[in-house]
Amino acid sequence: MDWLMRMFARRKIYDDLSDEIEEHLAEKTDTLMAEGVSREEAERAARREFGNVTRIKERSREPWRWPRAEALWADVRFALRKLGKSPGFTATAVSTLALGIGANVVVFSVLYGLVLRPLDVPQPKNLFQVTHEKWAVQSYRDYVDYRDRDSSFSGMMAYQPEFVGMTVDSSASRSWGFATSGNYFDVLGIEPVLGRFFHASDEHGPASAPFIVLSYDFWQRQFDGMPNVLGHTVQLNKHPFAVIGIAPKEFHGTDPFLWPDYWFPVMNAEQVTGTDDLSFRDHYGFSVMGRLKLGVTPQQATESLNALARQMAKEDKKDEGLTARLIQAGPGGDLNDPLRKALIGIMLLALLVLVAACVNLASIFAARAADRSGELSIRMAIGSSRWHVLRQLLTEAIVVSLTGGIVGACFARLLLGALSHWQPFGDFPAHFLIAPNARVYLVAFALSLASGILFGLLPARQVLRIDVLQAIKTGTAQSESFRGFALRDVLLLVQIVICTLLVTASLVAVRGMQRALQVPLGFQPRGVMLAQADLRMAGYTGKQAVSVQKRLLEAATAIPGVTAAAGADAVPFQGRSGWFVYRDGVTEFVDRNRLFAAPAFLVSPGYLKTAGTRLMVGREFTWHDDGSTPAVAMVNETFARKVFGAESPIGHHFMLWATARYEVVGVVEDGKYGSLTEDPQPAMFFSIMQGVGTHLPTRAMILVRSDQAEEQITAALRHTLGNVEANVPFSVSSWDDDVARSLVPARAATTVLSILGLLAAMLAVTGTFGMASYAVSKRIKEQGIRIALGARHIQLMRSTLGRPVMLLVTGSIIGLVLGVLTNRLIAHVVAYANAREPLILAGAMLTMVLLGLLATFIPARRTLAIDPAQLLRE
Amino acid sequence: MTLLKKSEQRDLFRGALEMMILQSLMRQPMHGYALVQHIKERSNELLQVEEGSLYPALQRLLKERQVEAKWEISASNRRVRTYRVTAAGRKHLEREVSSFEQMLEGITLVLSPAE
Repeated sequence: MDWLMRMFARRKIYDDLSDEIEEHLAEKTDTLMAEGVSREEAERAARREFGNVTRIKERSREPWRWPRAEALWADVRFALRKLGKSPGFTATAVSTLALGIGANVVVFSVLYGLVLRPLDVPQPKNLFQVTHEKWAVQSYRDYVDYRDRDSSFSGMMAYQPEFVGMTVDSSASRSWGFATSGNYFDVLGIEPVLGRFFHASDEHGPASAPFIVLSYDFWQRQFDGMPNVLGHTVQLNKHPFAVIGIAPKEFHGTDPFLWPDYWFPVMNAEQVTGTDDLSFRDHYGFSVMGRLKLGVTPQQATESLNALARQMAKEDKKDEGLTARLIQAGPGGDLNDPLRKALIGIMLLALLVLVAACVNLASIFAARAADRSGELSIRMAIGSSRWHVLRQLLTEAIVVSLTGGIVGACFARLLLGALSHWQPFGDFPAHFLIAPNARVYLVAFALSLASGILFGLLPARQVLRIDVLQAIKTGTAQSESFRGFALRDVLLLVQIVICTLLVTASLVAVRGMQRALQVPLGFQPRGVMLAQADLRMAGYTGKQAVSVQKRLLEAATAIPGVTAAAGADAVPFQGRSGWFVYRDGVTEFVDRNRLFAAPAFLVSPGYLKTAGTRLMVGREFTWHDDGSTPAVAMVNETFARKVFGAESPIGHHFMLWATARYEVVGVVEDGKYGSLTEDPQPAMFFSIMQGVGTHLPTRAMILVRSDQAEEQITAALRHTLGNVEANVPFSVSSWDDDVARSLVPARAATTVLSILGLLAAMLAVTGTFGMASYAVSKRIKEQGIRIALGARHIQLMRSTLGRPVMLLVTGSIIGLVLGVLTNRLIAHVVAYANAREPLILAGAMLTMVLLGLLATFIPARRTLAIDPAQLLRE
Repeated sequence: MTLLKKSEQRDLFRGALEMMILQSLMRQPMHGYALVQHIKERSNELLQVEEGSLYPALQRLLKERQVEAKWEISASNRRVRTYRVTAAGRKHLEREVSSFEQMLEGITLVLSPAE
């Protein structure tokens, strides 16, 4: 309680102290006067001998307080008062920073959420994904060997996403789940919130474990979080599974973006999907993750797995060329991930915007410090140390920067809240865990503090140079020379360079987008609607499924307004799968004989017309290309060139495996199959009635081309198809939207870059404007005299605006050069980026010129409007 | 610019001023002004202390309860604040003086020419 008493007693202590010192000075004066000195002289001597009264009072108070905290609080209060007195300045500074920091918080949240965030499992550090050197997925047979024969891991699991129809209480819908190895949950080390998980001990060969674990969200959504869900039976493609447990709320599976609704043992996958995913060494589809044993390094594990892979290749030729690579499990694992590079690129650009904002504020603060030099000098003259004054200015800067940081973080939070509900990928449950967390706020705080210190300290040199005597006499510090190259100039130059760089980057991005949209697709998606269903949900497989699809197609063709219709199992940009291609006559279907992997599309006759794909040579499929005739294929031009060279491919063969041999009957134009930015790649089309090998499609996709409005044709499709097959839920989408969806990341990146470019441009304009206005107002008298002496307009302009314009030009050129040099960085963000394109260089230059004109127009007009007569009279 | 003036207390070693103040007040309670004059005289003006520098030291002593202060009217009819040493102050001074003497002795031994 002592300190509490002291706080109340303090006022009295300080008063006593002041009185005491006054008495001391009075006594000294009296004594000196008694010695015959004049009063005036005596008072001065008393003060001289006493020392700096203010300073001594301050030091005498120090024992009574918590010096640092209180001094800081006093500084903060003073700073708030000062800032409150110039609300315009404060608002500008705070909002500039809020934008800069807000942009960084948003970008960092996204970077953290999509790339840096570890998986939400216990001890994510020692969980690694085992991938191929070239691709991410493994075959189940290889996984089993890795798991059972390698000793570097304490456990290794595998999973494969499946999109299947689930029936709950007779209502069916399609959703994503993971087919996992039995040990999935045990390797991850998580516990159910309800019931139990399945384990390796539940696996007793195919179809032995009809159990399903639901995600927390799915449980809430479908079962209202009812605990009696346990023991409930749900159906996956008509096969019953018993609900045995519910996963924890925070657990969303092991894929970065795909959040599964449920997990079921892979042993039961064939039952559900109708395909045997477990038996083939060259059937790659499983993501494999393992926990390293304590003390085993990733390098050791990689070497050990590769030794095993070589051994496996000796035992089975299918494993030739098998290599293993370890990457940290989770979104950020793969250092070469283009998304990671793109986001880091954007993060760097966002940081540049913040630097530009700081530099902008630094010059405002410098100008403010110059204007306040009178006040600052007085404070120094009455005993404040330069460090004190500096600390005060720094406090002001940090108060501004923290306020800006808080405003920016709030703004970012709102934006991110909206963003995390964004579902750009249709029924693909992609989730972005990008809500800002403690780490993000910490970064925001650090950024604010760092910016405050940065722009607070830049004007420090100026404060340290203040000549107190001079400043008090004239009211301002002596005006700086306009000849030398001042700090202000450097600051402006930096802003302009950053601005040009960002403007270039956003122009490059926009241009890249524009080009991506103009790229020939190899099909005409506009006006085509896709109706999709999984026929296994109604229990159809094999030939049955094909005949159902044929009936669906006939019904769709009859819809009024439909100009063309076709069936398929998949189309470009909508659910493709791929196969390895071998030359005809190959007997060993192993790595070294593979030509390439190509996407395969099973299509009905009429596909080319409906899709708008050109046939280059040969013929399209007919309804006679069915199980009773030789297997035929259409390939694209790249495929034909790669396999058959300059020869005409018609009538030639290629193979997928021993019993899957195809005769090429037609060649179609090249196209894009999964992304607008992919390189030309081979692709093949098979007849929907022949299937691939013995696999007949169970996924039904009906394409219809029509001139009618989307809603109208969608309704008609649903109605007609529902009449044919009432038990199968159809999802209808426009093909155009599906294609556009593949551009979502690039579009988002372009938007972000444009916003960053705009922010930088705003900063450059205000920075240049500030400097030009300052130059004009500082020299208004001089210009008046010049006008009076007959200076021409052009001379006036040159003397006032010469420097800002010179800085603008120099900065723009440096920025452009940097922009061209950092082309590679931008190329990570947007495909088809090329900063060297003359159009872009010209665009950036033009933008900077316009910004320059905008920023210097008003100051220039002010110069020209100077009335020398009036000015000289003042 | 001129550098920050090294404050005079750094010319004396830490605690020296407090020690002198306590010692002076032991002989007789005094107010600030008298204290300064006293220290100046006693040191034959060898110690050039800024008069004001006494006050921070006095406040430190007050806070440590080694002295206490009271407003009084002096013999010359001035309003003065007189300081007195407390029991705690006396004890502190004894300790300080003895450790100071030890230190002085050590320094003297080191500085004296080797025999």
